Amino acid sequence: MESVHAVEFKGVTKRFGHNTANDHIDLYVDKGVIMALLGENGSGKTTLMNMLAGIYAPDEGQIFVDGREVSITSPKVAFDHHIGMIHQHFRLVDVFTAAENIVLGLEEKGRLDLKAASKRIKEISAKYGFDIDPDKKVYEMSVSEKQTVEIIKVLYRGADILILDEPTAVLTPQEIEKLFKVMKAMRADGKVIIIITHKLNEVMEVSDVVAVLRKGHHIKTVRTAQTTPAELTELMVGRKVALNIDRKEPVDPKPRLTIAELTVRDGDGIKKLDNVGFIAFGGEILGIAGIAGSGQKELLEAIAGLREIESGTIVYTPEGRHPEQLVGKSPMAIKEAGVAMAFVPEDRLGMGLVGGMGMTGNMMLRSWTAGKGIFVDRKAPEKLAADVLADLEVVTPGVDYPVRKLSGGNVQKVLVGREIASAPSVLMTAYAVRGLDINTSYTIYNLLCQQKEKGVAVIFVGEDLDVLLELCDRILVLCGGQVSGIVDARTTTKEEVGLLMTSVGGKEAN
Amino acid sequence: MMGTIDFIVALISAAVLNGAPLMFGTSGEILTQKSGNMNLGVEGLMFMGGAFGLLGAFAYGNAAGDSASGVVAVLISLLCSFAAGVAGALIFSFLTITLRANQNVTGLALTIFGTGAGQFVGELMRIRVGGNVAISNELKLAFSGSPFPAALQNIPVVGPLLFSYNVFVYLGVIMIIVMHRFLNKTRKGLYLRAVGESPATADAAGINVTRYRYIATVLGGGISAIGGMVYTMTIAGTVWNHTGLSGEGWVAVALVIFCLWKPINSLWGSVLFGALLILYIRLPIPFLPTQIYKVVPYIFTALVLIMVSIRQRREDQPPAALGTAYFREDR
Repeated sequence: MESVHAVEFKGVTKRFGHNTANDHIDLYVDKGVIMALLGENGSGKTTLMNMLAGIYAPDEGQIFVDGREVSITSPKVAFDHHIGMIHQHFRLVDVFTAAENIVLGLEEKGRLDLKAASKRIKEISAKYGFDIDPDKKVYEMSVSEKQTVEIIKVLYRGADILILDEPTAVLTPQEIEKLFKVMKAMRADGKVIIIITHKLNEVMEVSDVVAVLRKGHHIKTVRTAQTTPAELTELMVGRKVALNIDRKEPVDPKPRLTIAELTVRDGDGIKKLDNVGFIAFGGEILGIAGIAGSGQKELLEAIAGLREIESGTIVYTPEGRHPEQLVGKSPMAIKEAGVAMAFVPEDRLGMGLVGGMGMTGNMMLRSWTAGKGIFVDRKAPEKLAADVLADLEVVTPGVDYPVRKLSGGNVQKVLVGREIASAPSVLMTAYAVRGLDINTSYTIYNLLCQQKEKGVAVIFVGEDLDVLLELCDRILVLCGGQVSGIVDARTTTKEEVGLLMTSVGGKEAN
Repeated sequence: MMGTIDFIVALISAAVLNGAPLMFGTSGEILTQKSGNMNLGVEGLMFMGGAFGLLGAFAYGNAAGDSASGVVAVLISLLCSFAAGVAGALIFSFLTITLRANQNVTGLALTIFGTGAGQFVGELMRIRVGGNVAISNELKLAFSGSPFPAALQNIPVVGPLLFSYNVFVYLGVIMIIVMHRFLNKTRKGLYLRAVGESPATADAAGINVTRYRYIATVLGGGISAIGGMVYTMTIAGTVWNHTGLSGEGWVAVALVIFCLWKPINSLWGSVLFGALLILYIRLPIPFLPTQIYKVVPYIFTALVLIMVSIRQRREDQPPAALGTAYFREDR
């Protein structure tokens, strides 16, 4: 019976437009095994698992469950095959109790019997070592309790194959330990557990086998006991690719932004930045690397004055002027001091641009206080829009054409172009080339290099290690909101940065 | 002493009578809003219900002549007004659920459409008859008389307070209790609330969001429209009276908020609002214009909103997805 695997992917391919998220993946898992799915952001881990959970349908290839080919068209069908996925973003109704959430959507006959449901929930909890009150309302729960509800929801429906999408990202170390104990109890019960993660120490601690994905390809599956974090990192990041970005040596770098002991919490009180400190120099590009959600966004927002700072200092030293403290200043004051931010979020238009307005209108968002009396000044932004259009070769029918209808690359050009036009002395960009084709990406790289040569301190938050290594002068690596290390981009290796990204200080997992 | 008691008893029974249309208007809208659909067209739906309910009874009375049965007339009126509400709510559902149009705009359009349609039918009947639309006294009594024997009604204090109302009051109470049980005790009720709170969660759990929204909105619209019929056939005395009916739907929408989206609260809420609506007749204060009285229900609603936002209890909040269309690919 060894030849029948609990789950097997054969040649599974999934494309989104021209982007191939999964390219002919062959992979299998056996019963009673915890498999870690390891890979960088955008390596296709979640996409692959979403196909198993019925969120997406594969474009090519087959999926087998217990040796039989299956077609999983919806989450319901996945449940029928005893597959359950715990997503990163919980799917729970806040005003319902745990029990009400768990029975939601179940096709059971007869009256709604929450008491019986509570009893079964308690049985499941006792079996695997969960700690949950079925009558507690979700909005009163901690993140870890909510996750427990999600896991029980899946078990309640009789799942034998559990997929956990980065389950530890939101948990404290104690909670992680508890979760791992539960996972091991489920493994002992013969269940298949697939955990999507990019934390090497967790991979080493909890998994039996590790499947490494890179850029949509399945690189290799190894037994955890027979591998090392160093080997996994190498599999994960791959060999260095030459990009030939025209990188000049920084000329006369001067401290521009000095950040010390910066701590920021989010709305839930979770530490997003923990005692972060670094110096950004004028005339250099400081790259910021890290797994998604390691605090990059919070760092930029804190500098721009958009986020409340718990403690720490941000000292800004403009060219030929006295240093000034940015903490406590309004976003407007910070912007006027010369700190610009071109933040490209996942949906591109979410922050910085108004989709329904044209280029002129969007340029005006930076200058709406200019002009006489109650009237805004339209002339200057119109000229600026025309300049950006010509300089950056934005493809648009006209400066008043809604930016929402432009292609992603052109939207990004408008955004970056506007920020550069304000002649900043600090320029922050995040994911500036996300979703862009090679040529457009190079346009953006060149723009950033030009700014650097003008003496601007450029902060470049990126996700592609190859780009970070070739574009930046130094790279700051964030890991879980902490500064994991600052390395020289010219001499470091992808492996070094990769290790820093996955564990603070790049120490090997214990 | 006796006078005071009589006055209070009279005030309460008048309040209940005037609250009956609100019971339907409000509980229908609560059902709709629990699904996450904000139908601001209640005013229009109640107008349509009032006009078509009257039309049904009137047509039946004319056709059956002397052999007309009161029970049948009531049933026909109920059915006609319910059907009119269903039709209006179907338009709303198609626009907001299927085409994902803006709910507020669609609701306001439905109000304009419904009041227009109601006026048209009402005025048309008046012109056809050449005067006020009237139905026979026997049929009238079937609408406004109490279903209980005279012996019960004549018990002092208790009789007028409990047994003297028209059949719709009792029907409304039963319906509200049924709706309360449905929402809180049944599987389907739980699923419906989930749809209104978080359609994405419901969808992921395999609940058909579109179907739940359609059914709740259409049924809710029908129930709201019955409220308009109850007004026309009892309070307005089976005469088409659009000035009396106007504003009733908006009070019902305010009452939904006042009741904190809980049908059981509309039991006493509609009596309270019914009292506020007639206070200018029963408790006139010299020199105080009646318009001031009409504002009171809205002031009450505003006060409740303020109290709720101070207390910040999650259970008192509107359904979290209220007013938003659901589109699976929006994740």
